[in-house]
Amino acid sequence: MDNKETLKPVLEVKNLQKSFGDNHVLKGFSLKLYEGENLVIMGKSGSGKSVMVKCMVGLLQPDSGSITIKKQDIITMGQSELDFLRTEIGFLFQGSALYDSMTVRENLEFPLRRHKDKIKDFKGTDESVKQALESVGLLKSIDLMPSDLSGGMQRRVALARALILKPKIIMYDEPTTGLDPITANEIIQLMRSIQKEYNTSSLIITHDVDCARVISNRMILLVDGTNYAEGTYEELSNSNDPQTKAFFKH
Amino acid sequence: MIIVAYLAGHSTPCMSKVNSLLNRSKMFFAEIGDMTYFAGRFFKEVFKRPFELKELMRQCYNMGNRSLFLVVVTGFILGLVFTLQSRPTLTEFGAVSWMPSMISVSIIREIGPVMIALICAGRIGSGIGAELGSMKVTEQIDAMEVSGTNPFKYLVVTRILAITMMLPLLVIVGDAVALFGSAIVENLKGGVSFTLYFNIAFKSLSFNDIIPATVKTVFFGFAIGLVGTYKGYNCAKGTVGVGEASNSAVVYTSMLLFIIDFIAVFVSDIFFEI
Repeated sequence: MDNKETLKPVLEVKNLQKSFGDNHVLKGFSLKLYEGENLVIMGKSGSGKSVMVKCMVGLLQPDSGSITIKKQDIITMGQSELDFLRTEIGFLFQGSALYDSMTVRENLEFPLRRHKDKIKDFKGTDESVKQALESVGLLKSIDLMPSDLSGGMQRRVALARALILKPKIIMYDEPTTGLDPITANEIIQLMRSIQKEYNTSSLIITHDVDCARVISNRMILLVDGTNYAEGTYEELSNSNDPQTKAFFKH
Repeated sequence: MIIVAYLAGHSTPCMSKVNSLLNRSKMFFAEIGDMTYFAGRFFKEVFKRPFELKELMRQCYNMGNRSLFLVVVTGFILGLVFTLQSRPTLTEFGAVSWMPSMISVSIIREIGPVMIALICAGRIGSGIGAELGSMKVTEQIDAMEVSGTNPFKYLVVTRILAITMMLPLLVIVGDAVALFGSAIVENLKGGVSFTLYFNIAFKSLSFNDIIPATVKTVFFGFAIGLVGTYKGYNCAKGTVGVGEASNSAVVYTSMLLFIIDFIAVFVSDIFFEI
């Protein structure tokens, strides 16, 4: 990664707050994601990581704070503008979230049919689907239903679907959760190769230390809804702070 | 009110029952409010582009074609049984020649639409509730939204429109098959020819019977679609919630169908002098 001063932030979150009744999940969380960066957000289960990332794509409305993607405030923008901006963001859900009534091909065609005019050098629906599936090594599964695929394969198809509109930012919500170590490692390597191939900025929500070690350029620890610590993997894993240390204990 | 206030101030089992009743009533009215808002959103979205015609056609096929067999079987048995059960009474009064008229009027006006709507509430309403519910808990609806597609438009509007359009057609088919079932019984038991049976049956029907009955099936279809999609789209509590969404979709729709039927008959009585 280059020096931060020379890089532009593609995503900026300032003082984000979100509560569900009396449960204050986010209490002023902030971050900046720079162009081409892999930023890992780590936190315990229930610390508000998924809530935060859902606020960033407009699935949840924060109580206060600001979220700026490519210099546009997503909280105040209208639905059609938000839908347009969402085409520049790929999102990998924790449980893959493939449409189970559609084949793998139809899953990938679904966002493409609506937004193909927004893709530069569009080569046709079929070609784009095959290219995305090829990049995750699942071209042979193109006509299968999601229920015919293993958990790891489903995650890869979901990744291909997130990539199909050639987004500039990809958000991964617990990409390795529920997978065996070998499949998890395959997914991590895939994420690295995609980052190189598509030159995306990635925001990775995880509590998987191995995933963070391999993929992160920078990390933020989320504790009690706020930024607890920030730095590279080496800086945080060698920290003397007991709470930071606790994350890296195996 | 005084009694409620008195009971609420006293810690008795009776008080807890009153509190629970008040809470349930509050929840019931809150749900009615939410459903009204949901219906309002449907009318707001239905005229907006994109119209998702491909998905609408797919839903029409799923709901119409795949319910056809069930509707035909139910309609046939309905006509058959209704005629068999009514025959002895009409024979006793020497009014067996009225059979085609009585059957056609009762089936077209009331029994056909209500029975077929109830069957579709069970088959289609619960199916919509379960499908959208499971999509909700597995984050498929969120995935759709994140990909820049309006899930309300794609999933809710298309399903409500499809069942609203398909139910009247299913009822017409069901009514026709029920009359055919009835004609078979009359032919076998009373030696009435099919031509004579249908001549009498259609002679006793007027537009005042057919139009209100058909119009009310449009409202029945809308109710089935609205409740099913509302329950599924707002499903919570994981897989348990999916079961609850499916089950409550059928219960609420069945209740709503009878309420709509009552209103429809009341209004028809004023405007069509039935």
